[in-house]
Amino acid sequence: MNKASARSVRDGLTAWGFSAPYLLLLTVFGLIPAGYAIYESLSPAVSYTGESHGSVGLSNYRTVFHDFRFWPAVGNVGLFMVIWVPVMVVGSLLFALLLHEKVGRFSGVMRLIYFLPGAVTGSAAVLLWYFMLDPQLSPFRSQLKSMGYKTGNDVFTAGHLAPIFALIAFTTGVGQWIVIMFGALQSVPNDVIEAARIDGAGSVRIALLIKLPLVSKYITYMIILCFAAALQIFVEPTLFYSITNAGSNWWSLNQLGYSYAFQQGQFGQAATISVVLLVVSSVAALIFVRRSSFFDTEVDS
Amino acid sequence: MTAVRARGMSSAEKSGGSGHRQPTRRPARPPVTPLGVLRLLVLFGFAVFCAVPLIWLVLAPTKSDSQLASGPLSFGSFHRAVLAWHHLADYNGGVMYRWMLNSAYYSISSVALSVAAAVPAAYALATMTFRGRKLILSLTLIAMVLPATAVVLPLFLEVNAVHLTNTAGSVILPAAFFPFGVYLAYVYFSTSLPKELLEAARIDGCGELRVFFSIAVPLAKPVLALLIFFSFVANWTNYFLPYVMLSNDKAYNLPVGLGALISGTPALKPASGGSFLPITYPEAALAGLIVVVPIAIMFLFFQRFLVRGLLSGSVKS
Repeated sequence: MNKASARSVRDGLTAWGFSAPYLLLLTVFGLIPAGYAIYESLSPAVSYTGESHGSVGLSNYRTVFHDFRFWPAVGNVGLFMVIWVPVMVVGSLLFALLLHEKVGRFSGVMRLIYFLPGAVTGSAAVLLWYFMLDPQLSPFRSQLKSMGYKTGNDVFTAGHLAPIFALIAFTTGVGQWIVIMFGALQSVPNDVIEAARIDGAGSVRIALLIKLPLVSKYITYMIILCFAAALQIFVEPTLFYSITNAGSNWWSLNQLGYSYAFQQGQFGQAATISVVLLVVSSVAALIFVRRSSFFDTEVDS
Repeated sequence: MTAVRARGMSSAEKSGGSGHRQPTRRPARPPVTPLGVLRLLVLFGFAVFCAVPLIWLVLAPTKSDSQLASGPLSFGSFHRAVLAWHHLADYNGGVMYRWMLNSAYYSISSVALSVAAAVPAAYALATMTFRGRKLILSLTLIAMVLPATAVVLPLFLEVNAVHLTNTAGSVILPAAFFPFGVYLAYVYFSTSLPKELLEAARIDGCGELRVFFSIAVPLAKPVLALLIFFSFVANWTNYFLPYVMLSNDKAYNLPVGLGALISGTPALKPASGGSFLPITYPEAALAGLIVVVPIAIMFLFFQRFLVRGLLSGSVKS
């Protein structure tokens, strides 16, 4: 063995040594559960008496896709995404561009105010927005009443759930993205903006034609993360159902997976839901990783 | 409105006069344009929309149910807030204290483990070439954008197979897997850590561990703080994983406890039947506030830092 290869072996061992704790976590809590979900979803369903029926294969997928609850859950989650993601993209860009028009203390204070609602997430967000949307308790009661809502029962209906969850997710998440987009805008070179201004472009044109394209990779990243976050919605529909009786225990896909596992004891079908979520989000993630240059760093070039 | 405009103008004048302030992009701006007024209206309107719910939440525990219905943004009394706290503390034999301790215990342990595992891995990925590096990077990127809860149910089966459900470890260990942290630290190390510095130290006879601990880690302080922040926020607010892993209510963290409190008591649904529990609107709001306050403090503490830190890594690439 010559010196150079001895050195590269030693370097390899050092690198693996540094990565070992993370690799262990990646394997035990990332790869194994993902692999186990695939294995479980392909194994035969188990009946209540404990005997397995059907053969190894796609029987769990057949059961899940024919379940009367599956497609409505897909529809609910899809509707929630269709409302939330565009509002989120347009909203965070709009506020970041408006704040970036004039950078100073005022825009700093505004960013902090927009960021703070992000502290209220999950069950706390459900609690807070239950109050905010109840026409008898809400500080926005006059607005709610002018929209024709007089009691909580008028607001908390199954048809309103997707927009309500979109509203919660928007107020919780938008501040963080305004901060990120604003930071990205700061990296737009000043002389480019000055040059455009000298050429006679107004603020709106500069924002749309110069600033926006320069932050486009952040927009892709944001859409993917929002998509993944929307796909896994669980706590909001679960708690809203138990408090207001609007919706069901299988409003979202994750809720359906939970019912399979803990109400019906059908782990194979619960695993099938996990696999569906993983496949859909992996496809989105791969498209994103391939299409954007977000993850290119100096090391790879 | 006029006060705001005046303040905006005076700050513009100040920055025009002295060079040490942040440079504004346009020194000579016409004082009022319809678009400028519209911009301020939109920004202020949204600020009100963001702030009002939070102010409401802070005020709510000071009021009784009937006061809540009459004046949404008024202050009740400290006495009522103390009473609400006593009711909460007595709830279910003082389980609230357990939830607070559990939340602190789970979050701090997960933060420590996740950062301790992520930083050396990111350092190796950014500064060394070795077989498997590309694969680890790709897996990390994919794990980072996948929904974390998609594997929670199979994870439950895995943890159940080794009889570890209902333990602190079942919540702490899976949450220590932190691909986003590896990515952030990786970008930081590969863009901001001079390779020559590491080489020089090695030539001087420093071992790899010493190079890491005495050069890389001290230089990575800003990104370390960022990792701690993101890991803490994610773990403190974690719901689905503890909800699935823990069936014993004494082991809950605060968000799952709050969920149980508002879905298991008539606090938010007085119409569904009378109860002797003194858990009503103000108590529920106080419980929500207890969940939220540590995160809000983290936000205030880290906010300046966050804008700079988030971008020091990603923008340069």
